[in-house]
Amino acid sequence: MARPKVGLFVTCLVDLLRPNVGFAALKLLGDAGCDTAVPRAQTCCGQPAYNSGDRADAAAIARRVIETFETFDYVVAPSGSCAGMLRVHFPALLADDPDWAARANAFAARCHELISFLVNVRGVTAVAARCDASACYHDSCSSLREMRVRNEPRKLLATVSGLTVSDIPDAEACCGFGGAFCVKYPDVSARIGGDKLDCVSRTGAGLVLAADLGCLVHLAGLAARQNRAYQFRHVAEVLADETETPPMGTPS
Amino acid sequence: MSLAATSRGFAAAARDALADPALQRALANIPAGFQVKRRNALAEFPEWRDLSDAALAIKNHTLANLDFYLEAFEARVKESGGQMHWCRDDEEAREAVLRICERAGVKRAIKSKTMVAEEIALNPYLESRGIECVENDMGEYVLQLRREAPSHIIAPIIHLNRGQIADSFRELHKGRDAARHLESARELLNEARAVLREKFLAAEAGITGANFLIAETGSAAIVTNEGNADLTVTLPRVHIVVASIEKLVPTIPETWVLLRLLARFATGQDITAYTTFVGGPKRSGETEGPAEFHVVLLDNGRARMLGGEFHDMLRCIRCGACINHCPVYGAVGGHAYGSVYPGPMGAVLTPALAGLTNAAPLPEASSLCGRCEEVCPLQIPIPRMLRAWRTREFSQGLGSLRARIALRLWAYFAKRPALYHAAANIAARFLRIAARLRLPLPILSAWTKTRTLPAAPGETFQSLYKKRGKP
Repeated sequence: MARPKVGLFVTCLVDLLRPNVGFAALKLLGDAGCDTAVPRAQTCCGQPAYNSGDRADAAAIARRVIETFETFDYVVAPSGSCAGMLRVHFPALLADDPDWAARANAFAARCHELISFLVNVRGVTAVAARCDASACYHDSCSSLREMRVRNEPRKLLATVSGLTVSDIPDAEACCGFGGAFCVKYPDVSARIGGDKLDCVSRTGAGLVLAADLGCLVHLAGLAARQNRAYQFRHVAEVLADETETPPMGTPS
Repeated sequence: MSLAATSRGFAAAARDALADPALQRALANIPAGFQVKRRNALAEFPEWRDLSDAALAIKNHTLANLDFYLEAFEARVKESGGQMHWCRDDEEAREAVLRICERAGVKRAIKSKTMVAEEIALNPYLESRGIECVENDMGEYVLQLRREAPSHIIAPIIHLNRGQIADSFRELHKGRDAARHLESARELLNEARAVLREKFLAAEAGITGANFLIAETGSAAIVTNEGNADLTVTLPRVHIVVASIEKLVPTIPETWVLLRLLARFATGQDITAYTTFVGGPKRSGETEGPAEFHVVLLDNGRARMLGGEFHDMLRCIRCGACINHCPVYGAVGGHAYGSVYPGPMGAVLTPALAGLTNAAPLPEASSLCGRCEEVCPLQIPIPRMLRAWRTREFSQGLGSLRARIALRLWAYFAKRPALYHAAANIAARFLRIAARLRLPLPILSAWTKTRTLPAAPGETFQSLYKKRGKP
């Protein structure tokens, strides 16, 4: 079977704050038999504009993303939130544009969140990785409710040697990140995030894993400010066995 | 005139709410009190998904033919001897109620819980015209004593604890033994019941809302857990229903579809303790019921929503599930929203009824986590409508200028990859230094107000990838 051509949608947060997640994604996709490329012409999925009501800029960015990635068999993002933007919101955003509506729909059908792509499209059932830690898994709202990803990361994490993974109580509750929300209402956002960290503490785990860097940076930043000694990693880092980079949240 | 809202003060009110320990203790009861009960009720009721689809179809059909069902409802009300009062806005609705009271010589009215009467601020208006109007739902009665607004559409005093209620009773129920016990819910209820029984017996008019208005019978369906609505419609000689146009349902069987969902999604009950169908005045031969039956039917901006971006919000049956699962409501409570309709449903409805400029912060006050839509029995796409309000805010320039400039600047780069990558590399270097030295961040200072920036690598993925190539 021919190796599928995959375009990695890096996401702006991984690009700027945690490049090793991008390299971990490349390794996982390579191990899953994909020919992966990273188009240089990508920037961001446009979600900040879309969720702030700036439709014109969001649509302009959406058209550019589609042009850049249209030739790939699949487009994969290490984020439920950005993948949700590509898959769910691009068609909504361009629905009234006769030149782009059909293109956006065809494009959206090929867009995936990284871990669910590995499991559901590439049939990955196990990874060769080691991580000696007691971890808990945080579902991002967009992974859970837009991309319908729940069991896939847990399935692969169960094959990492040395790792135990527990569920966070009230797992479906938001962590309070919410993109621009965490800047517009920082106190409310912090309070909601504090509740999430309280739930994390009930698991007894020291390492928090998630598939969305937005949630992770928000929670790690809160934990560091509140002197709570949790460590945070993107799930791809653990699955790809790329854990030399120190985790987030470690008080420095 | 329209819905009055003080939602522009949301940010400051939210900060105050976060710093109010009594409120925070009260809000902490929501997960066990509402979320768990709803989940357990649905676990025992696997057909709820089919019922939800049926409810969606019923509401969509009714709204698509609302003119027909409104006229059918009016015809049945008149046939049964009742009177209809069509009201464009809150002012007309208040005046309609006043006229009914004046013509019937009503000086004392009793009222069961109705959010539409809250929406039109009926109590203070009647009071100013010399008509006493006493709330008889326990929560609403406490609020009336304390001169406070409800903070939740189905649990109006969720922000209060028993001690606060007891304090109000001691202060405002005159002529009672100062040493009496008011610790338990039972003691508080008994005292309220004793006071209210006199009011029930003396009232000349009973005012209720309607959970549903049924077109085929011209009747109203009213649910309570205290039985207060039943006394309200039975004892006084005038019954006034105050309800809004989107409460219409074609038939009684269809009303039952909605009722079966309402209680489970609201409080986790199979059915509310009291479910009452009332319509028309007392017929000849009947021993109980009012001599006059009036329906004050309110638009107040809803007809404008029909067929537009916010049409789907008119499906709402006011179960409160979105409110009970909203992380923002759970953090700040209902009063911060500055509207009788708080939480996610309020963040959509308040701008529609009060005007966007009066409610601009509300659509922003959401992390768009999507749980509201997920838990809604009528499958209302609340996040889509919050985004639609944000789009209007942006095109009308209603947001903060700083946020707007930051967004446009970011978008300028995001549309130009070469420039973006160059700028991102500079930003990455700056972030590394900022994280090390704990520097305040330009634009993102609100982020670092409550959080510490994690250590940053100082170089972007794109830059590293160009150097390293594939692993």
